[in-house]
Amino acid sequence: MTDLPMAPSRRSLLSMIGVVAGSAAMYHAMTELGYAEGSTFTGPIKLSNPPPGTSVLVLGAGVAGMVAAMELRDAGYKVQVLEYNGRPGGRNWSLYGGDTYTELGGFTQKVGFDPGQYINPGPWRLPYHHQGILHYVNRLGVALEPFTQVNYNAWVHSTDAYGGKPQRYREVQADFQGHVAELLSKSTKQGALDQAVSKQDREILMAALKNWGALNENYEYAKSIEASNRRGFEVDPGGGLNSVPVPSEPRALSEVLGSGLWAAIGAGCNYEMQSAIFQPKGGMGMIGKAMGKELGPLIQYNAKVIDIKQDDKGVTATYIDSRTGGEKRTASADWCVCTIPASILSQIPMNVGGPMKAAINQLPYMAALKVGLQFKRRFWEEDDKIYGGISYTNQPNGTISYPMWDYFSKGKGVVLGAYAFGEPAFIAAAKPPEERIKDALEYGSKVHPQYKEEFEAGVAVAWHRVPWTLGCAGGWTEAGRAQHYDNLCALDGRIVLAGEHASRIPAWQEGAVLSALDAIERLHKRVMA
Amino acid sequence: MNIRLAAAAVLSLAAVLPAMADDAGPTPPRARASLGGFAGNSPFPFQGGEAIYKGVCQGCHMPDAKGAVGAGMYPALAKDEKLETAGYPVGVIVGGQKAMPALGPMLSDQQVADVVNYIRSHFGNKYKDKVKPEDVKVMR
Repeated sequence: MTDLPMAPSRRSLLSMIGVVAGSAAMYHAMTELGYAEGSTFTGPIKLSNPPPGTSVLVLGAGVAGMVAAMELRDAGYKVQVLEYNGRPGGRNWSLYGGDTYTELGGFTQKVGFDPGQYINPGPWRLPYHHQGILHYVNRLGVALEPFTQVNYNAWVHSTDAYGGKPQRYREVQADFQGHVAELLSKSTKQGALDQAVSKQDREILMAALKNWGALNENYEYAKSIEASNRRGFEVDPGGGLNSVPVPSEPRALSEVLGSGLWAAIGAGCNYEMQSAIFQPKGGMGMIGKAMGKELGPLIQYNAKVIDIKQDDKGVTATYIDSRTGGEKRTASADWCVCTIPASILSQIPMNVGGPMKAAINQLPYMAALKVGLQFKRRFWEEDDKIYGGISYTNQPNGTISYPMWDYFSKGKGVVLGAYAFGEPAFIAAAKPPEERIKDALEYGSKVHPQYKEEFEAGVAVAWHRVPWTLGCAGGWTEAGRAQHYDNLCALDGRIVLAGEHASRIPAWQEGAVLSALDAIERLHKRVMA
Repeated sequence: MNIRLAAAAVLSLAAVLPAMADDAGPTPPRARASLGGFAGNSPFPFQGGEAIYKGVCQGCHMPDAKGAVGAGMYPALAKDEKLETAGYPVGVIVGGQKAMPALGPMLSDQQVADVVNYIRSHFGNKYKDKVKPEDVKVMR
């Protein structure tokens, strides 16, 4: 076997792959969701009728709580839901122009966007294979539109490459792939892969590499019409006279490698980021709103749960008004589905067994940051011909995503100016919201010089400051999951937990749906036993 | 590293991600020095107790160290009797506790010692004994 030039160690290669796959993949690795796991949703749940009058108390009106409440109600259970916020949805949430959001510490932001403009501080994507959440979206008549994950004309940007000038995703992607294909074809020709590839397969591999990498007849990735059909032309083909296309010059392999920009071209390969992806028209929060409307008076809003007790007859939650405090009230039922995030639940007295308690206590919630920026005009479309999708930068804001609706409209638009996890998100949480916005503008203006001229209003959500989650999603480690996950999910007396944290699709709404369905199925079995 | 692995890795990012998770564990690769925001987690760039507190800790414990209350709460560190034993804050910072994430992988021994010493001598806390990096090391 011949080593590649500059062959990296296995560990550093694997690290690079994490980086290639983008921050989203990093985030998955952080949450121990390294493997691609599809939805196990097999169609609407069917629960038989429980004994008349059987009641369930659902804690939390997020996606998991409301899915549980809808299905239990439909089966004939008497259902009551307690929710801390004054609205349904939980992390299924959009911030619109005119909204007010107060984070922990009393930092209040009035969202200065125009009417109808919004950002999704939490989830923003619905992959096609997340059939569970899509079932409820369709059941409730929530309108969807396409979400563009990969935009080949978006920017990839590093402060350390090309003098900080952003490059087109298309060019970096084509050049990286083309050079890798050329290298492999050389190795194949030189016999370096003889042990790994049979003689018969070698020819096929050569043809495949030529096709995959847009190589020329000599198996080189070079300036050519073929390569330009991937990376774009110096002069595009035209019509009529003077229409001959001029191929563009690919960058050299060492230039591609040295730029580090290969780190930004892999996110769309992830199972959850492959087309087709959807978003609700008008904001992700439309799903939560529709679920809340469906449940109507079954949800008690502004209810802060301060105690959960069970005995052999039932479960009682004690709660106070989340805005004013005031007198303690109680809600009781035969059974309880608790979707309160573990970060909050670990602080609420609840008489469950040691194993569930330990599972709740070991699950901190991760840092995440989103910043929305409204601009006076859609310069990314008008000047840069970027219609939706995502640009990536090595700066702490990580991601710049463009509105995927109202394309070509002459009006304003809200850009997602930062989407970060880990260290940059921790640091952002420690700053007041206006500084997070200032930072996002500073970083973003390195990619889009139009930023400062066109900026109008911003809003910044750092998830560790969100009063009702203390973080964005359960930060499972592999060791933690091995030791505690089953105990977190198991029915404890009359209480069962649900939510993205009780799923193996953490931080995705599909996880919340599947967790809720699994929890109520087990609960129902117990009721009927 | 042989070519076959390299090729497989390039061709099938998703398939090798579990290997990355296994390899790197919960602490993501520290590639950010050269790759910035593409990567995510890396050590906090602050030196000195005050800079670390203001750069990281006050996100939850707040600038006045009085904590905050919502559906749950972040505890106050101001006038906090639990800080009397220096090992307690060191253990919580390094290993986490309930909603508090383990920050050990993102802070050096020196950084943990500095920020513990800062918190224990500010915000109405007047503990005189100091934590040394060696004291942090043994708690990892």
